[in-house]
Parts: sequence; structure tokens; C-alpha cells
Amino acid sequence: MKAGKYDLNDTSIMNFDKQKQEIALSTHDLQVYYGNKHAFYDGNLQFERYKITALIGASGSGKSTFLRSLNRMNDDVATVTGEIMYRGIDINSKKINLYEMRKQIGMVFQRPNPFSKSIKENITFALKENGIKDKQKLDEIVEKSLRGAALWDEVKDDLNKSALALSGGQQQRLCIARAIAMGPDILLMDEPCSALDPISTLKVEETMHELKKKYTIIIVTHNMQQASRVSDYTAFFHMGHVIEYGKTKDIFTNPKIQATEDYVSGNFG
Amino acid sequence: MDPIREKILKPSKETRQDILGKTLSYASIFLIVAVVLAIFLFVASKGIATFTENKASLVEFLTGTEWNPGANGPNGKPLVGALPMILGSFGVTFLAALFATPFAIGTALYMTELSSKRSQKFMQSVIELLVGIPSVVYGFIGLTVVVPFVRDHFGGSGYGILSGSFVLFVMVLPTITSMTVDSLRAVPKYYKSASLALGATEWQTIYRVLLRAAMPGIMTAIVFGMARAFGEALAVQMVIGNATLLPESLLSPASTLTSVLTMGIGNTVMGTVSNNALWSLALILLLMSLVFNLAVRFISRKGKM
Ligand SMILES: Nc1ncnc2c1ncn2[C@@H]1O[C@H](COP(=O)(O)OP(=O)(O)O)[C@@H](O)[C@H]1O
Ligand SMILES: [Mg+2]
Repeated sequence: MKAGKYDLNDTSIMNFDKQKQEIALSTHDLQVYYGNKHAFYDGNLQFERYKITALIGASGSGKSTFLRSLNRMNDDVATVTGEIMYRGIDINSKKINLYEMRKQIGMVFQRPNPFSKSIKENITFALKENGIKDKQKLDEIVEKSLRGAALWDEVKDDLNKSALALSGGQQQRLCIARAIAMGPDILLMDEPCSALDPISTLKVEETMHELKKKYTIIIVTHNMQQASRVSDYTAFFHMGHVIEYGKTKDIFTNPKIQATEDYVSGNFG
Repeated sequence: MDPIREKILKPSKETRQDILGKTLSYASIFLIVAVVLAIFLFVASKGIATFTENKASLVEFLTGTEWNPGANGPNGKPLVGALPMILGSFGVTFLAALFATPFAIGTALYMTELSSKRSQKFMQSVIELLVGIPSVVYGFIGLTVVVPFVRDHFGGSGYGILSGSFVLFVMVLPTITSMTVDSLRAVPKYYKSASLALGATEWQTIYRVLLRAAMPGIMTAIVFGMARAFGEALAVQMVIGNATLLPESLLSPASTLTSVLTMGIGNTVMGTVSNNALWSLALILLLMSLVFNLAVRFISRKGKM
């Protein structure tokens, strides 16, 4: 298929060596449709464990569509076909326990979306619903996840203050803390820094570096510097297709596909 | 085996809650649909019997002006001319909406744009209070205040469509106002900021931006108000004069579908022509409420663009 200047079938998708690298999540022939609109085509991507994978591409290229399909947040809005393999299970199957799956595959959204509760309750809310009642245990998790999100030092004296009183960057890190408090395996982040100032962005990026020791992160970003700074692997999306997927260094310095090269060098169009 | 894998494959308390919740809400919706359908079928079967069993003419029903279902006309068919009531119902409804809308929008704008938090709260309570007053009280006030007022200042006996509209005006005002307030509040703040930052005056902003953005909501509010006016029986019946004649003017005694129904239903025997004819009126009311409903849907769908 050819649309515009680039051949959408001219792709280069990296595959991992399963002997050496542990795959946390992989998609097989993933297709996403909004009604009749085919928004994502033929996704066959693997995501390595304890690495950060960046999804880049122009706006409307299907990054969010793909990402939201991974933990079935698209269930009500789109039809998603194909397989999403996690721990040897196809989590795109109707039969799986969605709620348990989402505890393992957490999500951080583009706009910080803390609940209008206190900082602490934002984190303990879901835990309590899941039956953790012990106060000391809860406090421990609150501290651990806030530390994990590099927010602890800034809020440790105001844990009972409303989360909405925090700055945007702090709110976003609180959302990250909230997600990791559930003890997930994989974190999906959809442009987590696009609503933040540069300093908050740097903090969130530092946080991600820490997080990847324990979590597998897949992050959508508009910002190519960010992708090259934080990620190990990068996938380039164009018009609903993954055009190129490889090591971040290769994508940015030595891309194999013309479209990728044009995009990362800013000559896209 | 991997415990997490186990968990993902197995149903849990949450999935069972999910199923229970879904079952309950499906059951509720089923019950409600069944009740609505049953009411519809009942009213329709009764209302249609006037034309099938009693051989009244549908054309005469909708255009005739003589209402005396117990008696037969010269053509041997029951006299079921409902035009006076249909006109009466539409008359009071449109007039009430016409009177109420400007006041409702004005009040709503005052509440959302101009007043302080405290007077907003006060107005809110006043409106809620107005909604809660039983219609017989409105009717009573109408009878003792509005009817003499209309008689003295407009002429006639005081009983008629105008008095009915005045009473309904007060009754639908809170409905339209509070829904208009909601739709004005739902307009994003940044619309206003954007407009003011372009140098627009407060008035220009309200008129050109806020009201435009809230228009579908306001139209919905008006239709809701009209639906309420159309269905109101008691208060209207107390001031409209209850003459099943084609009204000569807004000041001459008239009747509405609801007022004829409430007056007549106790005085007729099930199964007779007179009773069936009343069910036909009820069927019109039901169909009209369907029309109002569809209007609301249509408006809110259009507003989405
Ligand atoms: N809920 C939706 N309904 C219909 N179309 C949608 C929806 N969400 C996204 N799309 C369409 O899918 C395409 C990909 O969108 P998206 O995944 O949001 O792109 P990106 O995140 O790369 O900017 C776009 O053409 C967009 O218009
Ligand atoms: Mg997006």
C-alpha cells in the first residue's frame, strides 16, 4: 500500500532473540478499528522486559490507539483483533480477567488525572479496594511508590493535602506512583510529559530511569529528544503502521527506512 | 505455575461483581421497558377502540369541534371532536414557554454570570422550592390571583387560555431555569476567557459565545418545560374554564386534553364510548410526550457537532 510519499509496506521491524532477551509483552497481527475506520494495521511488536520502548510518530498515526489496546482500554471504543501475549496468555481474549490483567499492566495518561482526594488516598484507594487494610502496610506502600516516582521528598509532609493542589508535574508523578503502587509488571504511558514544563519533564524522565529497573515501560512521546534520552527501543508509527522498530540509537542515527529518517530529521511530510 | 498467570486466567470477586451488576442493570431496564410498553399498549388499545369499536371517525376526532362522545352526530357516529382541547393544550403550552423562556434565560445568566456565590445558592433554593410546590397550590393561587387579574386587566370572565398560560408560566419557569443554568455551567470556562481576551464585552461574550454554546441545552430545557406544561392537569383545569368549545380568544373559557381527562374520567363507565374517547385523548398525550422526547434527542444530537 502506498499513501502519500511513503510506501507503508516498506518496513523494518526488529525481532528479539528469545534465548537472550526476555519478552514482557508481544503483539501478533494486532488490528484496531474504530467502527469502519482501520486505525492500526498489522502490529507485530515485541517488548523487552525491564526496558523502555518509545512509540514515536506524527499526531494521528495511531500511537495511542495501539497503546490503549495493550491493556484493553479500547474495549468500549474500538474493535481490536489479533493477539497480545503476556506471560504466555493472549490477553486480548474475551475470557481473561481484565481487572487482574490491568493490575499487571498499568497506565499513565497524557493529562495528569489524580482523583480529587488527598495525596495519600490517591495511592491507597485502589489498594484498599483490593483488600489491603493494614495501616502500616499501606503507609509503607505509599512511601515506597512515592519514592519510586521521585515525589516523596516534595510531599512527605503534606500527604493529607488534596492532590489537586499539586503542580502539574507533581500530579503526573503522583499518577505514576499510583500506578506503581499496584505492583504492576508493565507501565504504559501516553505522552506523560506533554502537559508538563521542562523541569517537571526532566524529573519524570529521571523517574523512568529508576522505574525501568523494576518495570517494563512503553511510552508514547511526541518529543524526539525525550525518546532518544529515555528509551532503549523506538518504534516509529506512520498512518496506523509501524514503519520501523529497532534500537533507539539506530532509529535516530542510522534509520533503515526513508520515512523514519525524514521524521527524525524533521523533513517529514 | 506462574501465580499471576493463574490470576489473569481465573474469574475473581471483581468479575463476579461485574456480572452481578450487569445482571441487575439489565433486569432493571427490562422491567422499566416492560412497564412502559404495557402502559403504551393499554392506552393505545383503549384509545383506538373509539375508532374501531365505536366507529368514530379519526378525521372528525382531530378536526371536529363538537365534543359529546355520549351522543351521536347526524352521521350516526359519536361526537368526538377533540380539536378544542388539542388547540387548548398547544395554546397554553406554547404561550407558557414563550413567556417563561426569556425570564428563565435571564435568571440563569444572572445566576451563572453575574451574581455572587451566596445569592446563587439562594436562587438555587428558591428554584428548588418552586419545583416542589404541589400543582394544586399553583392552581389555587391561579384561581384567586390570576383569574381576577386577567378579568380586570384583559376582560372576559378571567377563565381561559391566558390564565392557564400564566399559571403554567410560573410552573415551568423553575424547570427551564435550572436546566438552562446547568447547560450554561457546562460551557467550558476557556470559551469565555478566549472571547474576553479578544476584546469582546461581557455582553458580546454572553450573547455570542456562552448562549451559542449552551443553545442545545437551552432548547432541551424549553422542550422539557413544554412537556411539563402539556402534561399539567390540575392547575390548568382550575383556571381555564373547562368549556369544550373552540376558544374564540385567549380570554374565553377553554379546555385542554388533561383538564377534560381529569374532569371526565371519574364520570364515565369503562367500556362506553365516553370512556374510550377519553382514552383517545390520553393516547394523544402519550404520543405528544413521545414527540417531546424525540425532540430532546434530536436537539442534543444536533448540539454534539
Ligand atoms: N475514539 C476514537 N474514535 C474514532 N477514531 C479515533 C478515536 N481515537 C482515535 N481515532 C482516530 O485514530 C487515528 C489514530 O489516533 P491516535 O491513536 O489518537 O493517534 P496518536 O496517538 O498517534 O496521535 C486518528 O485518525 C484518530 O482520528
Ligand atoms: Mg495520542
